[in-house]
Amino acid sequence: MKLCDLIEDLSLEVKTSGTDLTREVTSGYVSDMLSDVIANAQAGSVWVTFQSHLNIVAVASLKGISGIILANNRVPADDTLKRASMENIPIMTSSLTAFELVGRLYTLGLRCR
Amino acid sequence: MIKNADGVFFLTGKDFTNAGSASSNLKGILENLGISPEIIRRASIAAFEAEMNAIIYAVAGMMHYSVTPEAVKVILQDMGPGIPDIDLAMKEGYSTAPDYIREMGFGSGMGLPNIKRNADKLTITSTVGEGTTLEFLIYLEGLSPQTS
Repeated sequence: MKLCDLIEDLSLEVKTSGTDLTREVTSGYVSDMLSDVIANAQAGSVWVTFQSHLNIVAVASLKGISGIILANNRVPADDTLKRASMENIPIMTSSLTAFELVGRLYTLGLRCR
Repeated sequence: MIKNADGVFFLTGKDFTNAGSASSNLKGILENLGISPEIIRRASIAAFEAEMNAIIYAVAGMMHYSVTPEAVKVILQDMGPGIPDIDLAMKEGYSTAPDYIREMGFGSGMGLPNIKRNADKLTITSTVGEGTTLEFLIYLEGLSPQTS
């Protein structure tokens, strides 16, 4: 599934500018612990988290994550967005809780691997 | 045949703005050398975890890398508090990170186990009050004894 389709399906708000939204999303992961994401998320994942600081971009970039969704109206820091745009990591926000988001992603057919 | 390469990155403790840039640069260097994606994946995960440890716990650190046709070797030397009990530090879930670090999603006690899982060889030497030296080796494809 393409990231832009997922954005439309879940009514996500795209916060980064100039990032590639046509990339494929092939799996999903949810965690707020960065080492857990590093150890267990797959490349091509969409990552649901509550963390909004700069270092999520480094983790996403390292793992080849397709996009980050911040749950429950979490607002990304300005430097996070700047870095994410630079490294072409789309960041989206949602008013849904992490639980709701993951449930919907699962219903759309995404799995952990 | 993979060419030889080596270099060093300097790390500043608590510099979360640039955290991850050394391992990200190393990843780019390994890509340019034509190393296989699976080896790069393992090396960058191990390097990132080691880099974050130095940034979280130490005043400063140095990440030295060397690539030969046989292996990627990374040595991370830090000026930090040192690790009193390395076996305990290697235990999944054990962490001495302060609360503000945990709130950022670090300090889950998975860093060193993640390094071990991705490296073919891991050596840690540490002196309390002086610092820690962490060295890991990842054999390039076809040469890995996979002893984990």
